[in-house]
Amino acid sequence: MRQKNWYLTIGGVLTACMLAFTLLGLFWTPCAPTAVSAPDRNAPPSAAHPFGCDQLGRDILSRTLEGAGSTLTIALAVLAIGAVCGLAVGALCGYFGGPADAVVMRLCDAVAAFPSVLLALVVLAVTGPGKYNVIGALGVLFIPSFARLVRGEFLKYRDRDFVRAAKLMGVPSLRIIFVHILPNTWPVLLSGLAIGFNNAVLAEASMSYLGIGVSAAEPSLGYMLKDAQGVLFTLPWCTVFPGLAAILLILGVGLLGEGIRERMGEAAP
Amino acid sequence: MGKALLKRLGLLAGTMLLVSALAFAAFSVIPGDPTSSVLGVEATQEQIAAFRAEHGLDLPVWQRYWSWLAAFVTGDFGRSFKFDMTVVELAATRAQVTLVLAGTAFALILAISLPLGLAAARRPGGIVDRVITVLTQVTMSVPNFVMGIGLMYLFALVLHWFKPEYVPLEQGLWPHLRFMVFPALAIALPKSAMTVKLLRGSILGELDQDYIRTAYSKGNSRSSALRRHVLRNAMIPVVTFLAMAVGDIMAGSIVVEQVFGIPGLGRILISSIGNRDYPVVQAIVVLLAGVVVGCNFLADLLYRVMDPRIERT
Repeated sequence: MRQKNWYLTIGGVLTACMLAFTLLGLFWTPCAPTAVSAPDRNAPPSAAHPFGCDQLGRDILSRTLEGAGSTLTIALAVLAIGAVCGLAVGALCGYFGGPADAVVMRLCDAVAAFPSVLLALVVLAVTGPGKYNVIGALGVLFIPSFARLVRGEFLKYRDRDFVRAAKLMGVPSLRIIFVHILPNTWPVLLSGLAIGFNNAVLAEASMSYLGIGVSAAEPSLGYMLKDAQGVLFTLPWCTVFPGLAAILLILGVGLLGEGIRERMGEAAP
Repeated sequence: MGKALLKRLGLLAGTMLLVSALAFAAFSVIPGDPTSSVLGVEATQEQIAAFRAEHGLDLPVWQRYWSWLAAFVTGDFGRSFKFDMTVVELAATRAQVTLVLAGTAFALILAISLPLGLAAARRPGGIVDRVITVLTQVTMSVPNFVMGIGLMYLFALVLHWFKPEYVPLEQGLWPHLRFMVFPALAIALPKSAMTVKLLRGSILGELDQDYIRTAYSKGNSRSSALRRHVLRNAMIPVVTFLAMAVGDIMAGSIVVEQVFGIPGLGRILISSIGNRDYPVVQAIVVLLAGVVVGCNFLADLLYRVMDPRIERT
């Protein structure tokens, strides 16, 4: 019992802190993230620049704030596309079944068997880099995992008595899907969303790190890490703070998902 | 068993066909063709026509796909647009580097996660279990390339255990592996954390089962019950997870190669994407898909051997 609250509390607090940090970055940064300042070149962390400055004299705190915002918006957009489409596909397949279900699920298996970063790289090779292309590519590639998750849940419920009763009463299928069954799947969906969010952050960071993600105009945390690699040994703070921001974001949401799963009594997938 | 196997093999072939068709189609629908990026904008009409004829770009898509596929299954992966080399010449040594990296990472995952998972499950809630649980939860949250950067800083700069310069196999197997262990560790640590967590949960789940109570009543101690009865069953989900992880390990290799400056498949893949050198990208993607799908197939086989009940359902 004690450990359950533990995950939820720490995860919740950590996620809230990171969200506050990121939201702050969307509206306010201590310096302009792209402002170059010659005297602050290579400055280590100090009172004026708590996270230090990079080789161009740009304030790392401001850049981390902005990068976290960029990473968060991309991850949320990817999640929105993947979850909404995955929910629709999974619900319809799970509820109605039949040959269409079999075909769609084969397709999902084929896509899900392959790491999404690699597939997204291929998509971006065709479309070219950029924030919206990253969101589109990852969003589409995240559909299968959600579809499978939701389908599994719908299979579990579609032959339950309350669904049969609703069918007998002539409730339309769509209403059964969204009003009768969907609310039961929340716990699984929520922890699935937490995992999906982390996968989206990871995938975006990896792609931007490889230089096939966002452009320099909207640096995400992954892009900052790629930028800082050349000065890792001389200006370690350029790597430490964006890296830490990414880790804390993933850790917080991961713990939150864990906490939700344990609270709802669901076995780990 | 034979029938189920045949069905799986058919699925495997179908998946590969789908992946190869998608990879091929993706690069065939792009607006503009690679001629301008390879030959430059000042190429004459004759040069463009010659290039298109040489690479078969003037044929219809399905015809190109079939000839590409027919050549692919015989081991002819096509020619690079950018370099005057076949894909095999270009990628063979790099593929070997990536395979060493991924293989080392896989071995490390096994070596790290099995003992730790067992240790954590030995006394749930005990001090060892708690320390391992916290460590795994944190390690799981570190992206593998961030882990790589961290390891590089710690072991290369602070501890001077290795120089951050790639050591090719030609300088000897031992120096090569000694270098590769660090990038492999970067891939292995986050995955190991997940494996430890899964193994611990799986063992604890099995320990609750009736057959373990029977084993105790027959005089088994906890550790002998673990060794003789639990482990075999608890490993089943872990084997499935590890096989699924192969894809992530390959993807991880490609990212981590960039951290450590390793000239593997990742580098040629990234530069080929930049150069719009599609034959190379296609071949690498289909090969990686082959590795991933093949490992899933192997896991399925292993799963059937470990849990014969699956035949009867």
